[in-house]
Amino acid sequence: MNIVVCVKQVPDTGAERTLRAEDARLDRAAADGLINELDEYAIEEGLRLVEAHGGEVTILSMGPDAASDSIRKALSMGADKAVHLVDDALAGSDALATSLALATVLRRTGFDLVLLGSESTDARMGVLAAMLAERLGVPQVSLASKVEIDGDAITIYRQTDYGYDRVEASLPAVVSVVEKINEPRYPSFKGIMAAKKKPVETLSLADAGIDPAEVGLGAATTEVISFAARPPRAAGTIVKDEGDGGVKAAEFLATQKFI
Amino acid sequence: MVEILVLCEHDGESVKKVTLELLTLARRFGEPAAVWLGPGAEAGRERLGEFGAAKVYVADGTGLTDHPVAPAAEVLASLEAQAAPAAVLIAATAEGKEVAGRLAVKTGSGVLTDAVDLIPAEDGSGPVAEQSIFGGAIVVRSRVRTGVPIVAVRPNAVTPEPSPAAAELAPVTAELSEGAKAVRTTERVAQERSERPELTEAAIVVSGGRGVGGTDNFALIEKLADSLGGAVGASRAATDAGWYPHQFQVGQTGKTVSPQLYVAVGISGAIQHRAGMQTAKTIMVINKDPEAPIFELADFGVVGDLFKVVPQLTEEIARRRAS
Repeated sequence: MNIVVCVKQVPDTGAERTLRAEDARLDRAAADGLINELDEYAIEEGLRLVEAHGGEVTILSMGPDAASDSIRKALSMGADKAVHLVDDALAGSDALATSLALATVLRRTGFDLVLLGSESTDARMGVLAAMLAERLGVPQVSLASKVEIDGDAITIYRQTDYGYDRVEASLPAVVSVVEKINEPRYPSFKGIMAAKKKPVETLSLADAGIDPAEVGLGAATTEVISFAARPPRAAGTIVKDEGDGGVKAAEFLATQKFI
Repeated sequence: MVEILVLCEHDGESVKKVTLELLTLARRFGEPAAVWLGPGAEAGRERLGEFGAAKVYVADGTGLTDHPVAPAAEVLASLEAQAAPAAVLIAATAEGKEVAGRLAVKTGSGVLTDAVDLIPAEDGSGPVAEQSIFGGAIVVRSRVRTGVPIVAVRPNAVTPEPSPAAAELAPVTAELSEGAKAVRTTERVAQERSERPELTEAAIVVSGGRGVGGTDNFALIEKLADSLGGAVGASRAATDAGWYPHQFQVGQTGKTVSPQLYVAVGISGAIQHRAGMQTAKTIMVINKDPEAPIFELADFGVVGDLFKVVPQLTEEIARRRAS
């Protein structure tokens, strides 16, 4: 089975993240980049499926040179090879352009299964799996908390507000996973050493056959008009429980008309 | 007057609150036209009209609701071609955002997600969405510059305001593509069906974290939530430990909520959690550690043992309600 896992490098969620004043784009210099946490679950699921059914896991990442750190991490977890789409003209791509670029590369690499995290921790749009499936014309089986494959048939548990839906389709398909699905492995020392020798194919837009006019900031279908730091919340009232903390909390709720 | 399409969230008979919020927002930009997929439009019609829907497009073909996501995007795309709306509003639930994404690819229009407010642009160029990003640290105003704007709006963005309209039913024929039919929902499993409001929609959310200490103790959180008529949430520490089901996780890798009142119990307030609740209007904190970062967000905080404070609070709410 040919599994491609889409991986995004994002700023560390623990660091102070901001936009650049000049162009309202993500300030990648302000925070360390690392692999999008939810994508680690997708990588893990890809590795488990290959362990069970055979095949190989290819990592696909679109991003600047620095994204090679995340690609190496994915390879050190056990993925077999990687494709890195990197081109200055991609900078500022919105979700539509990102899905266009990734779909173009996916058609080129071929796939039985495309796996990705349900969202990235920076943009948090949660639209990419849907967009890729729409562009590729293959089933979207997303928000999976469980994936089962039997021949060409794929069954997932799709997470819902009330529990889950059992959803079935046929391969090839695009699958997004939620955090509940598994526990991603840590790269072993052996894995880290092996990753250094694994093939990483670097593609430019020209290599991938993508028209630069269709991606990047110039092609963006949305724009940021303005941004500002959230005004700090006014300091609240903090009381120490002296045996009447619950009563005081109820008084507060009553003054705020919640009770 | 130009139409604004609003995709309805419903359970087959009644309309969810977020749809009434979207209808209220839609009136700022044109005439709201609700889009109802599946059966039950007759039952939901009155409520849609009460909140301003001039028209209700009804797509009730066979099997429409047996396939996730793609049917809604197909119906909206065909309506867009037919009705030439000025914008399409969808609830920013996980599935709503997926519908928005597929629709954007079909129409080539820009999509904005997780709007917490939607206001007319000063130059009349369409809706401007306010979004809260990076765990709520930054407030962004964005707009769509290509095509018919598609905006996924978070629940609780506005208070629904009635504005009676005709809610005229307009059947639409929906021929599902083979692609849409290729994904089948074969079973719906309700793990925690309760009378509580849905987490992302709820006006009041009470969440428990590491401090709660175990599955059984979550009964304290549930009782407090029930006394307030709210939903129950949990921090990642609590869901990772298996104390509460994963779908109730509030945070960076779980649900994002924007309720009127958020009560954080035994939650320290790491960025992981703050990212999911920072846009709550009022925040109350109960935690024994006075240094917990969650207190920085608190409008009201109690430093104390949750096993004493929470039952007392629940009891006091009941007492006040009774008197």
